[in-house]
Amino acid sequence: MRKILLSFLLALLPGFALAATGGVHLDKADIDLKNQDSLQYGAKLFVNYCLSCHSAQHQRYSRMARDIGLTDEQVIENLMFASDKIGEQMKIAMTRQDGKNWFGAPPPDLTLVARVRGADWLYTYLRTFYVDESRPFGVNNLVFPAVGMPHVLWELQGVQKPVLKTVEQGGEAHQVVDGLELVEPGTMTPVEYDKAMRDLVNFMVYMSEPALLERKALGVKVILFLLVFLVIAYLLKKEYWKDVH
Amino acid sequence: MAKRLDKWQGGLLGWVDERFPLSAMWNDHLAKYYAPKNFNFWYYFGSLALLVLVIQLVSGIFLTMNYKPDAERAFASVEYIMRDVEWGWLIRYIHSTGASAFFLVVYLHMFRAMLYGSYQKPRELIWIFGVFIYLALMAEAFFGYLLPWGQMSYWGAQVIVNLFAAIPIIGDDLSVWIRGDYVIADATLNRFFAFHVVAVPLVLIGLIVAHLLALHEVGSSNPDGVDVKKNLTPEGNPIDGIPFHPYYTVKDIVGVIVFLIFFSAVVFFIPDGGGFFLEPPNFEPADPLKTPDHIAPVWYFTPFYAILRAVPSFLGTQVWGVIAMGAAVVILFFLPWLDRSPVRSIRYRGPIYKIALTLFVVDFLVLGYLGTQPATPGKTLLAQIGTAYYMAFFLLMPIYTKLEKCKPVPERVTMR
Repeated sequence: MRKILLSFLLALLPGFALAATGGVHLDKADIDLKNQDSLQYGAKLFVNYCLSCHSAQHQRYSRMARDIGLTDEQVIENLMFASDKIGEQMKIAMTRQDGKNWFGAPPPDLTLVARVRGADWLYTYLRTFYVDESRPFGVNNLVFPAVGMPHVLWELQGVQKPVLKTVEQGGEAHQVVDGLELVEPGTMTPVEYDKAMRDLVNFMVYMSEPALLERKALGVKVILFLLVFLVIAYLLKKEYWKDVH
Repeated sequence: MAKRLDKWQGGLLGWVDERFPLSAMWNDHLAKYYAPKNFNFWYYFGSLALLVLVIQLVSGIFLTMNYKPDAERAFASVEYIMRDVEWGWLIRYIHSTGASAFFLVVYLHMFRAMLYGSYQKPRELIWIFGVFIYLALMAEAFFGYLLPWGQMSYWGAQVIVNLFAAIPIIGDDLSVWIRGDYVIADATLNRFFAFHVVAVPLVLIGLIVAHLLALHEVGSSNPDGVDVKKNLTPEGNPIDGIPFHPYYTVKDIVGVIVFLIFFSAVVFFIPDGGGFFLEPPNFEPADPLKTPDHIAPVWYFTPFYAILRAVPSFLGTQVWGVIAMGAAVVILFFLPWLDRSPVRSIRYRGPIYKIALTLFVVDFLVLGYLGTQPATPGKTLLAQIGTAYYMAFFLLMPIYTKLEKCKPVPERVTMR
């Protein structure tokens, strides 16, 4: 009985995994939360490029400083443009109404975006803007069609154009984007840009859950304790049950 | 001096016992409560359910100290708990994991009853109190899920409250009365908070006390379904029984630790349960103007959600799906009378019930999976077949359990 149940549960697993990804192919972000250089560089990119339109209203500068290995002074001098107290949260001057007027919808708060979208989605999103003159800001995105955001990082990445291919679907020919090609280089090479985006996503994943840095290490200790306790409890049980036949 | 000593004979316990039945209660429910000695793996989940209840009550109290039941501040207060409250993230993950653990443990506990016919005479009331506990637990989980005020909280509550709107004539007014507004709003959040932290927990605790009192009145059944009270020692205790304390207390401690290892693995390593315990869209604040692409309830409700969606609307109303979903839960109350088998345990039943129950488990899991998925024609058909089997399993039970040829039940319990 138990075996039937278990094998059935295992059979379900691939279905669950597929259900989670959706249609578009996502590149692996492959982040490393233990890499503080990466987190610091990601924080720098975040405050310079994201934190003027997007807030991170649940993240405090002081907490960030402590968690990614910076001093309060370093953060105040290099990373704080929008606030003047280290204990403040990463808020922005732009109001929601301004955002709505300028972009059609207020730019969402980004504190938790990594938990909503996932690291791989963010990593792919940040790298797949392409020229599309039909859009208000002249760019579109592979994983976020009809995106309302301009390609803020185009100076770093350069300009990408879509490579189109024609597919037959239901007897009709459609043009779909097959891939992207760099038509105008940015200040970074593609390899450098990918690494920069990996660092940015790394920081955003940290920001979405600062406890992530400590909870796994604590979990190992808790489970080790429980395993020791299990041995003792099992021996106690065996001792008491000796006379039950 | 002698007189004084006399007065203190029996010590503090004696003093209390003269005024409150402390020793009597201890003996009745633990030290001299005789339980069959052949409990197996499936008998851990009752005590584990009690453990999870305590985990939820304690972690819930600490969450309440920092949570703000206010539509403007609820979402931010949860993030405040996750970031600024000392150990807040741990308390929150314990509580969110505990919700899923509660259902998992209760589902396994109910499955145990179905394996070994624990609901059969004279334990019908234990089962009925149990189904009420399950209903209260569903209400508790539903109210609690609104509180983080994320997108899934909001739209999940919207979908469920709208079910009441499907009731003819009074539906619309009823749903407004439940929400306290025309949409899910601050008033709804406040009342759901009141239900989640005060009303439903009180009902739950009362029902659990009744469940345990009824159990201890008739005594526990066992995997053989043998009545251990038929064979007594000269002192009047069951030969095949052992005192719950210390035997089952030390045994259940082992079960508790094994459970806590799995529980901790989730809390510390995958607190979102791969998107099934904490759904990703719920990390986005509730937005009444933006409906998510796909609204799925948390996993423990998905079998019933699949049943709800499987039933088509006809005669101009969608109420049939709601009725089917309600019936799927209410039918559980009748299980003790639907089962006409002369034996309790699956060990002594014939192949028909074994196959029927196995298929029921598969069916419940398939329905649960379908409830997480967007509806497609193929999936809807599968959900309809699943719903039909779910109902048939119960409604045809009086026939197939009566017809079936069972094996002889031994006089005494077996240890295996």
